[in-house]
Amino acid sequence: MSISRTLQGALLAAALGAVCAPVVAPFVLPARAQNVAAANGISIDNFTFNPPTLTVKAGTTVTWTNKDDIPHGIASASNAFTRSKAMDTDDSFTFTFTTPGTYRYFCYIHPHMTGTIVVQAATGGNATQ
Amino acid sequence: MSKFDRDDGVSRRKVLECMTWVGTAVLWTVAGGVPHALGIIDKAAAQEAHALTFLQISDSHIGFDFKTPYPNAVGTLEECIAKVNALPTKPAFMIHTGDISHLSTAAQFDDGDKVIGQTKLDVHYVPGEHDFVDQEQKLFLERYGKGTKGAGWYSFDANGVHFIGLVNVHDLKAGGLGNLGAEQLEWLEADVKGRSASTPIVVFAHIPLWTVYPNWGWGTDDGARALSYLKRFGSVTVLNGHIHQVMQKVEGNVTFHTARSTAFPQPAPGSAPSPGPMKVPAEKLRSMLGIANITFKQNDQPLAIIDSPLEG
Repeated sequence: MSISRTLQGALLAAALGAVCAPVVAPFVLPARAQNVAAANGISIDNFTFNPPTLTVKAGTTVTWTNKDDIPHGIASASNAFTRSKAMDTDDSFTFTFTTPGTYRYFCYIHPHMTGTIVVQAATGGNATQ
Repeated sequence: MSKFDRDDGVSRRKVLECMTWVGTAVLWTVAGGVPHALGIIDKAAAQEAHALTFLQISDSHIGFDFKTPYPNAVGTLEECIAKVNALPTKPAFMIHTGDISHLSTAAQFDDGDKVIGQTKLDVHYVPGEHDFVDQEQKLFLERYGKGTKGAGWYSFDANGVHFIGLVNVHDLKAGGLGNLGAEQLEWLEADVKGRSASTPIVVFAHIPLWTVYPNWGWGTDDGARALSYLKRFGSVTVLNGHIHQVMQKVEGNVTFHTARSTAFPQPAPGSAPSPGPMKVPAEKLRSMLGIANITFKQNDQPLAIIDSPLEG
């Protein structure tokens, strides 16, 4: 019986007491080529938003693209926008941020996945991405 | 386990655990008072006289359409259901611990129903997060939620055992884990109030009620609160899905168990960059999919969970 194969897993197993994992040694799908996020794009890879924080000018349309083999969905933590449909592999969701502010969002299927969009005023300032 | 072995009445009749691994299947018993090893997995264990036998099936993910090595989620579900139909003793009913569908579409639920319906068994469902992704989050409840409370929770009794189906995939919070919510917790507290501490309790929900691995979201934020209402009971069994692998632990009188998926396996906690589907050699896939067969014997209340892989 194999319990876990990483230090993290071993610590968890110790904490839990009896933990039994399948016997077959796992190997995971090869990571897809890391998507170089477009200027206003967020790539979802390995259950992570990439980049985790994106700064844009007001009026910018932001696109999330799911590069995982599992569906994800985008929801605003403060109900600032209507949640996306469930995005299967390679599906995208877009939203145009018109009002400056900081928008926290998460995957409504896997809520431990979170990210932030910082929207700056369209005029004035010299902030860039 | 011993740290929970307190001299506080009910728990003195200690829950004991015996585990036997045979290939990828596990035979596991919990008996009051005396160690009760069932030994090598044997279908006879499910056929003991005067027993309540039921099945747990989980994570069908109908609509999951990935390439090799996965044939398709309907196909592997059909293989599991064929095994159910071939059981020598007809189970009393089946529990489905969620993620029937991959994307909550009517067609996916239809396809799942068609296959699962071949058992002609009563099926008690709780939703997984994949069953609540339609925009209005209503398709699951329309089909499987009749007579349930709130987002789909309920309880029922069978052969003196009290079964509780909980929903921990609704109203999920940014950065959080599974969520039961105040309304459901209140209902649960009232549901078990006044029941004799000797009533065996079976709780089932999709996401594990205990914290398996928070980095991957494998736990329920207010699960400990729910379990606190069940502390006084002599035998509590918690059946979950979500993590697509068999995992179990015993804590005091509470035994936790997760079932395999019928569609695809997921990696052991922390053993991969993410909890995405594991790619395994085609010949090994069916040893990592399967169902669980659970038996309560009357009177002395032992419980046996037999996880049966599709192959191996």
